[in-house]
Amino acid sequence: MSRIAGAFFRGRPVFIGFTVAGDPDMGRSFSAATAMIDAGADILEIAVPYSDPVADGPVIERAHHRALMAGIRPVDVFLLLLKIRDYAPDLPLILFTYYNIVYRRGVDRFFSEATAAGADGVLIVDLPVEESEEVVPSARRHGIERIPLIAPTTSPERQRAILQEASGFAYLISLEGVTGERDHLPSGLAGLVSAVREKTDLPIAVGFGVSRPEHVRTVLDAGADGVIVGSALVRLIEEHMDDGPGMREALRAAIVSLRDGFSSSSRT
Amino acid sequence: MKAGRYGIYGGQYVPETLMSALIELEETYTRVREDPDFSSRLSWYLHEYAGRETPLTFCENLSRDLGCRVYLKREDLLHGGAHKLNNTLGQALMANYMGKSRLIAETGAGQHGVATAIAGAVLGLSVDVYMGEVDTRRQALNVFRMELLGARVIPVTAGTRTLKDAINAAMRDWVANLRDTHYLLGSCVGPHPFPMIVRDFQSVIGVETRRQILEREGSLPDMIVACVGGGSNAIGIFYPFVGDAGVALVGVEAGGEGPESCQHGASLSRGSVGVFQGALSYLLQDDDGQTLETHSIAAGLDHPSVGPEHAMLKDSGRVRYEMVTDAEALQAFRYLSRTEGIIPALESAHAVAFALRAADELDRDGILVINLSGRGDKDVVEVAKHNGGVE
Repeated sequence: MSRIAGAFFRGRPVFIGFTVAGDPDMGRSFSAATAMIDAGADILEIAVPYSDPVADGPVIERAHHRALMAGIRPVDVFLLLLKIRDYAPDLPLILFTYYNIVYRRGVDRFFSEATAAGADGVLIVDLPVEESEEVVPSARRHGIERIPLIAPTTSPERQRAILQEASGFAYLISLEGVTGERDHLPSGLAGLVSAVREKTDLPIAVGFGVSRPEHVRTVLDAGADGVIVGSALVRLIEEHMDDGPGMREALRAAIVSLRDGFSSSSRT
Repeated sequence: MKAGRYGIYGGQYVPETLMSALIELEETYTRVREDPDFSSRLSWYLHEYAGRETPLTFCENLSRDLGCRVYLKREDLLHGGAHKLNNTLGQALMANYMGKSRLIAETGAGQHGVATAIAGAVLGLSVDVYMGEVDTRRQALNVFRMELLGARVIPVTAGTRTLKDAINAAMRDWVANLRDTHYLLGSCVGPHPFPMIVRDFQSVIGVETRRQILEREGSLPDMIVACVGGGSNAIGIFYPFVGDAGVALVGVEAGGEGPESCQHGASLSRGSVGVFQGALSYLLQDDDGQTLETHSIAAGLDHPSVGPEHAMLKDSGRVRYEMVTDAEALQAFRYLSRTEGIIPALESAHAVAFALRAADELDRDGILVINLSGRGDKDVVEVAKHNGGVE
């Protein structure tokens, strides 16, 4: 069983933490990642810094720019991944990237390096199913799971096409918009989760806007198997950039508090 | 060829959330292009409101200097002062057909923002324009014009605070407001179907030019020159001539401070292939695929990528792409103003500058058409700065 499948197989909700590789530099990025793991993140999603992250809101965009300003290159991202893999041999690691990074490196080379660095899955945020014909066989060849994105605006036909070539888990975008913290999640979430559930055996995780324990509860009550939290954690790295222990403690406290949403959910 | 592809270029490299809007847009476009009611409404706005057709002016003084027969296609005389309105009227009418009540747009120099504000005002749509904070200061006059026309201008403070970040901001807005908002993209860039839609609406330039030159000269031109940033005025005048092998087509990119300086906007001449803002095309990028900063004295050419159809036309050799520096463009700006009494936009001055250089390639009876894509009133302050304020 793959590491990703294993994380979902345990039958309890899965917490996926997101961070931008090299934010704000290599050392502190590794420290943030390990703090998230120590606090109970079940899966880490690690973004490759990119100059024009159009799917992201301002918090994550600033993290991309901090990492680029620190001189982080894709090769550094792979190095960071190796270190994290070394720290947590069984933890599923997912690379989150914009397509030009992959295209520029060469699709096959990218997947080969990702495998070598210990990545279990890759999520390419701006590569819809229409454009993925080169990536699918390459991912398969290198044993990398390709995490699909499904949005509230995705038609049932597209959901089917997307799920047909997907592996790992289905990443449901909770809302129409970019990443970032919100006061409320949209009300139609349960409908979206069950529509996807009908079409796949893959586990389902929900991200975008999930930033409070009550959001976590909403997502699980909507029937999802896991949550993805990004901006709320990235913001803590930004706020505690010059205070290593403070940053680790803030991340720990946030993840513990978000996981409270697990226990109060009707699903557990 | 796959739908939405120009050779290998183009495509739809966007987050999943946007796909439904792109599909809706393509369906709407397929419907309206066959719809006589849409055609007649667009035609009415282009002719009775915007002032088409624009003249193809024979320039006696320029012809004498260059030693060939020189015509200017006068998009500077279109309402708003540039070719941009051809596209914004078309897309704003489409927004009406889709039942969208709000337009968003990006703008660099402000010309596309102004053209969107005009179309929104006359067609009753609210307009929000994203503009890099650097550009809002460089082009304060156009900010005021947009506001006069009822649009809201939103300064963008992310990234390099210029055109590419304005496009990023507009895409982020669109993804959150798909149901009531149309993103009125201003150039033949971005994901399919935008490059096709913008090309088709701008092709009116080339269609008119062809008819006008045949009436005037009884033959097609020997050379057509147009500036290329994203490339919409160029594709608009080139497209109806692509099948005419005898017509040389030349796209002129921003050479900035010189092609070796790394301070330019010449994505076709100096860039490499990559995916940017939804399309595969030529791009100014580093070895890792990070977008590079660009520079041009002409804000409308200050952009790291170019429309995918131009990428195909470059590879096939059908269009030749050349570079003109800031200094050459400034010289051409002053030259055309004095020689013909026409102040060109700094963008269009790049095309004029190349024509000055290339005239040797034509003989006395040779016919040269320059697409004068916009007027230069917006640029006089910038030019005065480069002249130390006086001349």
